[in-house]
Amino acid sequence: MASDVAITPRRWKKPPFIKRVWLRWTLALGAALYLAAAFGTTDVNWIRVWEGLPRGQQFLTAFFPPDFVSRWDEIVDGIYESLWMTVTSTVVGIAISIPVGLGAARNLAPAPVYYFCRAILAVSRSFQEIILAIFFVKLFGFGPFAGFVTLSFATIGFYGKLLAEDIEDMDPSQAEAVRATGAGWFQWLNYGVQPQVMPRMIGLGLYRLDINFRESAVVGIVGGGGIGATLNTAFDRYEFDSAAAILLIIIGIVMVVEYTSGYVRKWVQ
Amino acid sequence: MLKLAGLTKRYPTGDLALKGIDLEVPDGQVMALIGPSGAGKSTVIRCVNRLVEPTSGTISLNDTELTTLNQTQLRKARRRMGMIFQEYALVERLSVMENVLSGRLGYVSFWRSWLRKYPQSDIDEAFRLLERVGLDHMVDKRADELSGGQRQRVGICRALIQNPELLLVDEPTASLDPKTSRQIMRLIVELCEERGLAAIVNIHDVLLAQMYSKRIVGLQLGEIVYDGPPNGLTPEVLTSIYGEEDWEATIGKEDEEGGEDAALDVDETQDEDHHGTIPDRDRLAGLT
Repeated sequence: MASDVAITPRRWKKPPFIKRVWLRWTLALGAALYLAAAFGTTDVNWIRVWEGLPRGQQFLTAFFPPDFVSRWDEIVDGIYESLWMTVTSTVVGIAISIPVGLGAARNLAPAPVYYFCRAILAVSRSFQEIILAIFFVKLFGFGPFAGFVTLSFATIGFYGKLLAEDIEDMDPSQAEAVRATGAGWFQWLNYGVQPQVMPRMIGLGLYRLDINFRESAVVGIVGGGGIGATLNTAFDRYEFDSAAAILLIIIGIVMVVEYTSGYVRKWVQ
Repeated sequence: MLKLAGLTKRYPTGDLALKGIDLEVPDGQVMALIGPSGAGKSTVIRCVNRLVEPTSGTISLNDTELTTLNQTQLRKARRRMGMIFQEYALVERLSVMENVLSGRLGYVSFWRSWLRKYPQSDIDEAFRLLERVGLDHMVDKRADELSGGQRQRVGICRALIQNPELLLVDEPTASLDPKTSRQIMRLIVELCEERGLAAIVNIHDVLLAQMYSKRIVGLQLGEIVYDGPPNGLTPEVLTSIYGEEDWEATIGKEDEEGGEDAALDVDETQDEDHHGTIPDRDRLAGLT
């Protein structure tokens, strides 16, 4: 009896990820060929790389020691401008993204509102901050206002999309229970939805503050004002030691924001 | 009095969940609705407060026709129907008090509810109810800090503070241990008796249904196949509700339980006696 069972053991193998054999092999072969061709045609001029090494070293040594003193006033102005830009654009961006995000949640909004809000988010997300900044600098002229508009606009796409997704992932039974009490729509939002998404949204708000500060340095380079503009000027004047000071300050501020936002996020959970 | 007539629900997927249900629940009656998963028990009670829109048929609660109400009227009607959920459905990040007070949302303005400035009478009532279920020392705890039985008690308070005319109860004991299940069922039945409330209780556990309800309705594939007293649930009836199975064991066990706490013979006086003999500490046991 026992030997009968042992004679024909049933085999088992994990089913392959792609079932059709020809498709599996075509995809694998295609990927291999493309990679081979891509690396084969990459044009690296090794002599120029070699010649560039000492120049790079010279460039780096020019950063040291960082000079905080000679351009201190400009640096302080730039930092203030950047911080102003960061805080205002985060607040304004989040304020606008809340209604957009509510409208972009499939389980809250009727289809036309949903598609409209999703379209806003898609437009806001499809352009990188630098492209937006170039556009808004042309529109509003040089200075921090263009930077503020850029960062606000970028915040809408980021925060609105994550808010909408968080609402779509919420526990429907809690919201249903609030609806069953006869609550109005805004009451339902306040009691059934908001408590479920709030902690994550506070965390994401702080994360966006952090991103906006870093981006404020970038938009300055294309004319959006802030510390980025100061940094760009320093490079243009070949004052690499001042540039190094600015970079160190940016790193320091990003680290401070990073640690506090991490701490606050842990606290709100 | 709740009246369902010809209630039909077809889901967008094409499934016919309810096939013309006719049902009357008089005031003060706790009716247990039993049936296998997918029989349409949840759909019945969700059609009543229109969390699910019925396809056809009529539902009237004390002479208000519910199926034709517009959004504003529906909100007003929902205030009159308390609902208790499977898995409690408390808003987990709100406090016990906020969860209980959320039962008053249909009565207070948005600004009052947003600022949590409820009328003193609502707050008094909330404390009274929480005291009644033995949770008045936990008002400011977050709902997710509570045990299952405690959460369901908060759910009961949330339903009752609506001052409802009808309780819709969806699998109240599905995720509770046997002892807590009994305590919760007893609490629901007692509170309905105190307030003369009608209730529909969806329940999986046939024994619990028999112990705490005087009327049992069996639902099978969207049709009522049994409507009668608990002791009418013979093996044949259970087979017609749930399908072929050895029901003697269920019925036998039920006899033992009956001998133990006299809940099987649901003769009215005896049932009341039975509630009377349960000491308070038993009902509130397992709270801490």
